Amino acid sequence: MTHHRPSTLPRAALILFIVGIGLASVVYSPASPARAQEPTPSDDQVNLVAKQLYCPVCENVPLDVCPTQACVQWRQTIREKLTAGWSEQEIKNYFVEQYGARVLAAPPARGLSLLVYLLPPLAFVVGAYIVYRAVRTWRRVARPVASPPPTAEDDYTRRIEEELRRRE
Amino acid sequence: MSDTPAPPPPAPPARNFGRLLLWGGLAALLALMGFGLYRTQAGPVSSGPAPDFTLTTFDGGTIRLADLKGQVVVVNFWASWCKPCEEEAATLEAGWQKYRDQGVSFLGVDYVDTEPEARAYLERFGITYPNGPDLGTRISQAFRIRGVPETYFIDRQGMLVRVKIGPIEMNELQSILDPLVKP
Repeated sequence: MTHHRPSTLPRAALILFIVGIGLASVVYSPASPARAQEPTPSDDQVNLVAKQLYCPVCENVPLDVCPTQACVQWRQTIREKLTAGWSEQEIKNYFVEQYGARVLAAPPARGLSLLVYLLPPLAFVVGAYIVYRAVRTWRRVARPVASPPPTAEDDYTRRIEEELRRRE
Repeated sequence: MSDTPAPPPPAPPARNFGRLLLWGGLAALLALMGFGLYRTQAGPVSSGPAPDFTLTTFDGGTIRLADLKGQVVVVNFWASWCKPCEEEAATLEAGWQKYRDQGVSFLGVDYVDTEPEARAYLERFGITYPNGPDLGTRISQAFRIRGVPETYFIDRQGMLVRVKIGPIEMNELQSILDPLVKP
């Protein structure tokens, strides 16, 4: 009696074929579901934070539009922090800690920076009061109040009139 | 007897106080603006006692300038995004290797930079002297730097003796350090 062992070659080839197909589908898949779900922040999301920051090297240019290498690096840092799940405020706090409060587009309302918030409304109120006073004065000048005729009680006028009469 | 007209009545005290407050406020505001302008235009600190600072290095250590009194200190401000800084990077490292045994300390202060790029820069140029970020830009503000690179030379007494704005070359580095390390 001869025992015929089943050939293992076709089975191995089949397994290899299936594994190969599986690997190819993973490697060449244009966007696997896992990648598509990665929370990569968009440029708009990065710029939303960046526009609230100023790099000290490029004064007066908001970070979202600043073209220098330093600012490109800063935007990349924002992207990394957003990817890591940091909130907008946490990112701003990080930048303040690293580079100082002057990186903020809107400085914190304390210390000397408080003047930035107080002075404009104060100047507006003072200016409005000055204009109000000026308009009132101009109106008075334009419409002189008729002075009442001198009365006998007016001692000074009476004395002048007496003096004039005496001279006549 | 001659009668003169009575002088106009004095302004009420409240109005005087208001005027005083207004002019005082304006004067204070102008003084503040003047001080700010003066500080902006003053330029780098170039003489007198060097501003003290504490540098937290990329390795996690801390170095206080005051603790280095008795040594000559070279403080270099740089950044990874600064192209002229690359020109002097090798020179500074060579200077550190030459003078480190003569009582000279080199400190690198990384100005407005991001850490990964800064670390890559240090590795690329093989810089081995202590370097750290200028946290909160406090050090650069104390020295009133105008940009990078800038290099400050501090003598053994802690006095600023020289400022180099822009990349430094070896012969210039030597001409500044040689007299300072002489006993």
